[in-house]
Amino acid sequence: MQRIGVFVCHCGTNIAGTVDVAEIVEMAKPEPGVVHAAEYPYMCSEAGQNMIINAVKEHNLSGVVICSCSPRMHEATFRKAAEKAGLNPYMVEIANIREHCSWIHKDKAEATQKALTLTRAAIAKVQLNSPLFPDESPVTKRALVIGGGIAGIQTALDIADAGFEVDIVESTPSIGGKMAQLDKTFPTLDCAACILTPKMVDASAHENITLYTYSQVDKVEGFVGDFTVTIRKKARSVDFEKCTGCGACSEKCPSKKSPSEFDQGLCTRPAIYTPFAQAVPNVPVIDREACLKFKTGKCGLCETVCAPKAINFEQEDELVERKYGAVVMATGYEPVSLDKFGEYSYDSSPDVITSLEFERLTNAAGPTGGALTRLSDKRKPKSVTFIQCVGSRDVTQRGKAYCSKICCMYTAKHAMLIKEKYPDIEVNIFYIDVRTPGKAFDEFYRRAEDEYGVRYIKGQVGKVIDNGDHLQIQAVDMLDNKKMELQTDMVVLATAIEPVESAKSIATMLTASIDTNNFMTEAHPKLRPVESPTAGVFLSGVCQGPKDIPETVAQAGAAAAKVIGLLVKDKLMSNPCTAKPDELYCNGCSVCENVCPYGAISYEDCEVNDHGVREVRRVAQVNKALCQGCGACAVTCPSGAMDLQGFSNRQIQAEVDAICR
Amino acid sequence: MHGNNDYQQEQIRTISGAEDRKCMKCGKCSASCPSYDSMDIRPHQFVSYLRGGDIDAMLSSKSIWKCISCFACVERCPRDVKPAQIIEAARLMVIRQQGENYLSPDDVPELLDPELPQQLLASAFRKYAK
Amino acid sequence: MSVANKEFKPLIVAFCCNWCSYAGADLAGTSRLAYPAEVKIIKVPCSCRVNPLFALRAFQKGADGVIICGCHPGDCHYSTGNYYTRRRITLLYSLLDYLGIEKGRTHLEWVSAAEGTKFAATMNKFVETIHELGENVRLEDLRCKSE
Repeated sequence: MQRIGVFVCHCGTNIAGTVDVAEIVEMAKPEPGVVHAAEYPYMCSEAGQNMIINAVKEHNLSGVVICSCSPRMHEATFRKAAEKAGLNPYMVEIANIREHCSWIHKDKAEATQKALTLTRAAIAKVQLNSPLFPDESPVTKRALVIGGGIAGIQTALDIADAGFEVDIVESTPSIGGKMAQLDKTFPTLDCAACILTPKMVDASAHENITLYTYSQVDKVEGFVGDFTVTIRKKARSVDFEKCTGCGACSEKCPSKKSPSEFDQGLCTRPAIYTPFAQAVPNVPVIDREACLKFKTGKCGLCETVCAPKAINFEQEDELVERKYGAVVMATGYEPVSLDKFGEYSYDSSPDVITSLEFERLTNAAGPTGGALTRLSDKRKPKSVTFIQCVGSRDVTQRGKAYCSKICCMYTAKHAMLIKEKYPDIEVNIFYIDVRTPGKAFDEFYRRAEDEYGVRYIKGQVGKVIDNGDHLQIQAVDMLDNKKMELQTDMVVLATAIEPVESAKSIATMLTASIDTNNFMTEAHPKLRPVESPTAGVFLSGVCQGPKDIPETVAQAGAAAAKVIGLLVKDKLMSNPCTAKPDELYCNGCSVCENVCPYGAISYEDCEVNDHGVREVRRVAQVNKALCQGCGACAVTCPSGAMDLQGFSNRQIQAEVDAICR
Repeated sequence: MHGNNDYQQEQIRTISGAEDRKCMKCGKCSASCPSYDSMDIRPHQFVSYLRGGDIDAMLSSKSIWKCISCFACVERCPRDVKPAQIIEAARLMVIRQQGENYLSPDDVPELLDPELPQQLLASAFRKYAK
Repeated sequence: MSVANKEFKPLIVAFCCNWCSYAGADLAGTSRLAYPAEVKIIKVPCSCRVNPLFALRAFQKGADGVIICGCHPGDCHYSTGNYYTRRRITLLYSLLDYLGIEKGRTHLEWVSAAEGTKFAATMNKFVETIHELGENVRLEDLRCKSE
C-alpha cells in the first residue's frame, strides 16, 4: 500500500469558487492509502511546492496526488517538486479539477462531486504507480547523410562546420545531384555550376566529411544515437588511391556508345567515365555492362594507358559498417516517366524533350556546347513551345496529384534563356495556372512576358503531332475560347517530379514513414518539418516534398541544426513511459511488432524462468530508445503480456473503477 | 423553374458520373476535341455550365450533336472529369424528353458497309438511341 | 425508495488522448464552454491505448456511456494510433450490437487541440443521447454494486 498525500489547490478562486476545496480534503482522507491531505491557495507557487516537499518528508509519502489545473500546465512543475523531496517524479498524479471541472460547471455541489470523483480516480491510479527511470543511451557523434545533391552537401557542410564527422553516401559516381545538371538558376540567372562546384569541393576537402560515392545503403540497424549502417561501396574498378584523374582512360576507351546519365541520354559516354568534368571525386568508374573487357575479356586499353596503374578489373564491392548518431535523408527526385503520356509524342519525336533535357541542351558544357538545336536535324529552331503541368496536378493513374512547384519558375527561366541568346526565336508557353510565390519570383516570371516577349497561353495542350519538318500543337486558348493550331520546332515538357525510387526502400530500412506519393513524412507538418517521426532520422530537400534550390538549402540547414542539437548531447534520456512485455505471458505471436509505428519491438530467443522451469522462448523485446509510448502494442497483445508503463492496464482500470464507483 | 434546373443538374451528374467539381479549367478537353470548331459550346464549357447550373443552354446547344463520342477528352483529362459523358448525358436528356429513338437496331443492317468501323456504330447508338 | 422517481443522472467515462482531445477538453475549460458534469475524463497517451475492454469494464461497473476521443485521422502524434482505434472501436460496436447493447452508448470522436467548442458540443450531444437511451441495465454487473 502506498502512503499517499493529496494536495488540493484553490487556484485563487478559479477552483475554490466552484469547488468546495475543504470538502475534497475531508473526503480524500478516508480513501485507501491516503495518509495526508491539505489545501493551499496556489499549489504551483514556491510556498505551495515547499508544502508538498515538506509533507513528503514529514509523512514519508510514497505517492502524491495534486488536485489542480491541467497536467499539461503544471505536471512538470509538481514532478520536479517531488523529485526535490526525494520522490520518484512518476509517483505524482494530477486530478484536473480546473479545466475539466471548476471552469465548466456552475453548480457548486455538482462540481464538488465531480472533483471528488476525479480525485478518487487519481488516488486509485497512484496506488498502482511505480517509480520509473528514464533510460540513458549514448550518442555516436557522427552523422550519415544519404544523398549527395545540394541538400545532402549543404546538410553535411553545416554539420561538419559544427565539428561533427559526417559521411555522405551518394549512389552515382559524383556528388552534385540534379543541381549540377542545371544551367542557370532562377530568379537571379546565376550559373548553377558556379555556385555549386565550390560547395562540392568544400565537401570533399572538409576534414570532417567522408564521401562514399558510387555507394548505397544496404542495411540499417539500431536507433537514435546508435545507428549501425552497412554501406556498399560498389566496385569502381579503379583504385581510388592511385588514380590521378588524368582522364586518359576515358579518352582511349573504345566503347563510347553508352547514353550519358548526366546529359540525360542526349549524348554518349565511354564505358570508363566520370559523369562530368567537375565531378567530385574526379575518379572514373567502369560501367561493367558496357565495358568490352568485362563483356568479351578482350580490350584492357584503359589499363595500358593508365600511368599510375589504377585500373583494377578484379575489384569487388566493399561493405563498410559504421555507427552513426543521426541519419539525414537527402535522396532527392527524378522526373516522372512519360510513357503514359502518348499525346505529347515524347517517345516518338526527338524534338520533344523534358525540361531537364533542355537544361543540358542550353548548358555551355552540354552536348551541343550550349547551342540550341533540334535533336532530329541539328537545325536551330525558329519557335520553341513549352508545356507546363505535364504529369503534375493529374489525379488519374497517369500522373501525380500534387503541384511539382518548381516548373512555373524554371519554364520562365528557360524561355528567358532562349530569348537572351536568340531574340529571334518565338517562344510560347502553355500554362494552366502560373504559380510563382517566392521572393522576386513573380517579378521574374513577368519579365519573361514584359521584357522578352514570351507568349503565355492559358490552356493545356491536347496533342503534339510530329510531321517531320515541324511539330503541330493542338490547343485551345482558354481566354479567347479559340482553337490554336500552332506550328513549332521544339517542344519542352515541364515534367512532374517524384521522389527517387530507392527512397522507399531506404525509408523502410530506417522505419521512417512515407506518404502515398513516396515523399518522406514529417514528424509534424508545421512544427517539425525537417524531422521524420522516427527519432534520429531527419529530412532534407525534395525527398520531403517538391522544393526549389533556396528552399532546399534552407531546409538542409534546418536539418543540420537538428542533427547538431542531437549530436552535442552525450546521452539521450528517454521517456520512461514505454511499453514493457511480460516474458512469461508472451506467446511470440509478433502482433505487437506489426502495429508498432517505430519499429521498437523485436523478437528474441530468451531464457525465461516459468515457475522454476527454465526454457528458451521467442519473446517480445522493447527498445526503450525507440518506443514513444503510444500503447498500440499493449492493446493489440492477445495474451496481455504487453503493458504500457505509466498507463498500465491495471492503472486505467483502477481509474475506470473509481469513476464508476 | 429554378427547382427544375437543380433537378436537371443532378440528373446530368447522375447519368454521366462526371465530376464537374474536380475541374481545374486547364482546357485540355477542348484542346483534344476534333469537333471543336463546329461546336457552339465547347467541351470545357460543358463542364463549367454544369458547374454553374446553366442546363438549358447545354440542352439547346448544337454541340451535343457535334460530339463524335471519341472520348479523347475523357482519356486525356488530368482531373478525371469526363466531359464527353456530360455531353452524352445532356444528349440523352434531350432524346428522352422527346421520347424517340433516332436509331433503331432494325435499321442497322442497311447502313452497314465494310469500311464502317465498329466504334462508329457504337458511337451512333450512344448518340441516337435512348 | 422508488427508482422511478429518481432523476436519471448518467455516468459517462471519456477517454482522451494526451495530444489532441485532452488539450481540446482543456481548451473547452479555458473557454468556459459548459458540458454536463456527468462526463469524467481519463487521460491516455493515445486513443489507441484504449483497450475496448476498458469500455466493457466501465459498462460492467455501471457506466451508462463511454466516449473515446482521439486526434483527427492523419494528425495522430504517433502517426497511426487513431487508425488502430478506429478499427478496434468498429469491432467493439459489432460486439456490443451482438450483445444487444445499444450502439449509441459507445462513441468515437476526433477532437483536435483547437476544437474546444467541438469537444463541449460532442459531450453535450453524447449526454443527450445517453439520456434518450436511459440507464444501462443490461451490461451492469450488479455484483459490482457497492451499495
